[in-house]
Amino acid sequence: MLEVLQYDFMRNAILAAILASIACGIIGVYVVVKKIVFISGGITHASFGGIGLGYYLGINPLFGLIPFSLFSAIIMGLVSKRAKVAEDTAIGILWSLGMALGIILIYWTPGYAPDLMTYLFGNILTVPMSDIYLMLGLDLVIILVVYAYYKHFMALCFDEEFTTVSGLSAEKLYLLLLCLIALTIVLLIKVVGIILIIALLTMPASLSRHYTNNLGKMMYLAIIFGIFFSLAGLFLSYFFDAPSGATIILSMSTVYILHFLYDGLKPKIAS
Amino acid sequence: MENVIDVKDVWVSYDGVRVLESVNLTVKDKDFLAIIGPNGGGKSTLLKVILGLIKPDKGSVTLLGGRPTKTRKDVGYVPQYHSSNLDFPVTVWDVVLMGRLSHKGPLQRYNDEDRNAALEALKTVGMLDFKDRQIGELSGGQKQRVFIARSLVTKPKLLILDEPSTGIDSRMQKEFYELLNKLKSEIAIVMVTHDISAVSVYVDKIGCLNRKFHYHDDKEISPHDLEVSYQCPVELIAHGVPHRVLKEH
Ligand SMILES: Nc1ncnc2c1ncn2[C@@H]1O[C@H](COP(=O)(O)OP(=O)(O)O)[C@@H](O)[C@H]1O
Ligand SMILES: [Mg+2]
Repeated sequence: MLEVLQYDFMRNAILAAILASIACGIIGVYVVVKKIVFISGGITHASFGGIGLGYYLGINPLFGLIPFSLFSAIIMGLVSKRAKVAEDTAIGILWSLGMALGIILIYWTPGYAPDLMTYLFGNILTVPMSDIYLMLGLDLVIILVVYAYYKHFMALCFDEEFTTVSGLSAEKLYLLLLCLIALTIVLLIKVVGIILIIALLTMPASLSRHYTNNLGKMMYLAIIFGIFFSLAGLFLSYFFDAPSGATIILSMSTVYILHFLYDGLKPKIAS
Repeated sequence: MENVIDVKDVWVSYDGVRVLESVNLTVKDKDFLAIIGPNGGGKSTLLKVILGLIKPDKGSVTLLGGRPTKTRKDVGYVPQYHSSNLDFPVTVWDVVLMGRLSHKGPLQRYNDEDRNAALEALKTVGMLDFKDRQIGELSGGQKQRVFIARSLVTKPKLLILDEPSTGIDSRMQKEFYELLNKLKSEIAIVMVTHDISAVSVYVDKIGCLNRKFHYHDDKEISPHDLEVSYQCPVELIAHGVPHRVLKEH
């Protein structure tokens, strides 16, 4: 079994799994505790427009994805807070709008769009070294920003009104957090693909909430869960010749569902 | 010293329904103002206008000599309904320390001064023993005390309290009013309350808000005035009111 590690693609896949889990653990915790899963799903899917843009311009789709996902995060944050329509309606519209743009841009791109399936469903076994460096850079940005704004994000997620009265701009902080989510999406896209990102973003964080009441510890635990499940999924993918995004999500969901079934069936003890 | 709060001719409506109508209000340094009024009278709205959380349709608000959005960081605020997310993973200690956030930039950690302020505030509200508890595990009254502590650690120049005694037991309430009484020698306090009988001993002014605002520099408001002129329901204040303050009807 260990001989598979000699392959470059396997080494890259393991690195990608670890780097993705770091961003996913940290940012996923905010997504879960602030209950912004829906807007995160919106940013993820709208980012498909960025993939389309990359193909259309003939550049690495990731370089279309980065500005586009940041742009969608900011637009979605502003529209959902300020527009005179219900927040979930606004998000739902922008979600589809981004995807529609992506579809048109890809349709207009002459020839065949290689790797399109990778961006939709992920394929951790084809991550090139250049992407690993990109992921490493994005992880560093995320860690630095969260380190600097840890207290501020905690206050924002706990009580926006109070954060505002403290003289901070809750809106700017929220937009910054959405931008970090956008960068996390870039990091995760090759691993599980647009369609499955939300599962990876929420499951490790939600699981970790069950084991600790501390925000920082939740992040560490979520990273460990993420690494464990993505490596498990990676090996399942290799040995059963199945798409990695799906095997990662399946192994994670299986444990997640079993965990909550077990938890739900346990007799409630009065404490 | 200039006024702590200056509200001039403020009008607010929600979706065309008028909630505040030409409200004028001045609070000077070390004033203690109690605001009473029926549910839906616009009391919480007025406090939010003062804090710059709601923009009035018309009129102006000056808070601590400046625009509320600039100066509100020096105000301790205890809201009526908590927008806070109560299954959030934070302890009482984390929540009280959050009160120091207005003094911190990015990268700056909380220091001993912050921790001492938090310790003091928790002692003051009698919640020190609960400092490592999850905020969601506390009872309503205990949570309220934690939020009061959070408003105190900012070392505010003005305290704005929206029905702060809701859910707090009577012994703690008395201690809380005694605390406000001590604080008022140093800072101004504005408090919305239904518990006029308890606070009338401490406050300098009582205002009644029912879309329009009426207030008195002296505490001798007759129930007749409240009921007839201002539509402030008397049952809010009639029960157990000391004669010294409010005449019986
Ligand atoms: N965000 C809002 N949107 C629409 N109407 C509101 C909003 N907040 C308050 N109101 C309405 O404004 C009126 C005044 O509310 P409020 O200021 O909370 O009164 P009070 O605090 O005196 O009970 C009420 O009729 C209430 O229904
Ligand atoms: Mg109210």
